[in-house]
Amino acid sequence: MPIQYYIYFSLALFSIGIIGVLTRRNAIIVFMCIELMLNAVNLLLVAFSKMHHGAALLNNANATTGVEGQLFVFFIMVVAAAEVSVGLAIIVMMYRNTHSVDINFLNRLKN
Amino acid sequence: MDTIQILFFSLSALAIFSAIMVLVSKNPVHSVLWLIAVFFAISGHYILLNAQFLAIVNLIVYAGAIMVLFLFVIMLMNLNSEGEPRKNWWMKLAGVVSGGCFLVVLVSLVKQATELSGKAALMKTGDIGLIKNLGKALFSDFVVPFEISSVLFLSAMVGAVVIGKKD
Repeated sequence: MPIQYYIYFSLALFSIGIIGVLTRRNAIIVFMCIELMLNAVNLLLVAFSKMHHGAALLNNANATTGVEGQLFVFFIMVVAAAEVSVGLAIIVMMYRNTHSVDINFLNRLKN
Repeated sequence: MDTIQILFFSLSALAIFSAIMVLVSKNPVHSVLWLIAVFFAISGHYILLNAQFLAIVNLIVYAGAIMVLFLFVIMLMNLNSEGEPRKNWWMKLAGVVSGGCFLVVLVSLVKQATELSGKAALMKTGDIGLIKNLGKALFSDFVVPFEISSVLFLSAMVGAVVIGKKD
């Protein structure tokens, strides 16, 4: 499969995530759109890792080029899990203080 | 059109449709369920690329753990009944236009890139995505970041408890 198709697909998912962050006001849905963008990037990293692996296999039959890309995706997932736990705790705290998850209430942070 | 192409395009269509449904759903619980559909489609893409370890981890960590956390929070706050306050329509239009501009600019950039022409991702063969090879690399070359990520998890856990505590 040509690498351009994967790039177009990941760009579409990433743009949908951006549009969601810009248009929705529910903090939880904004957070979910950030997860969507992370997944688009993960898929593109795996596709590029397979692209380089395919190029390296032509020269050396047991090359391990491309393992780094997949391990990078693994670490992105680790960081995303930690980020979600802290972020959802912040949203719960915000809901407890304002009884709403509207991100416009976060204007108050500047005072 | 062979089987791999059919699978690729159907999984892509499923993922993009579900991602759009995440945005347009009024009910946050429905958004979470559509996002789980996106994650399943992306796991299908990983299997198509023979990245089996990442496919399973994506299902277990994202669709299993993180989305359940989202569902817990949504149901804890009882948000599923109340509607979101309406935003100005021109604000929504501005968001969609700027996101669309981003997409158009990057797609035209990729179309013009000569370095990418003729390159292809290796489908369904190649064994770097198997647990054996990834585990070898993870515990030899990447063992320090792996240990640091455990400290990151510990600090995230402590942070979540401290932030989420009452008073």
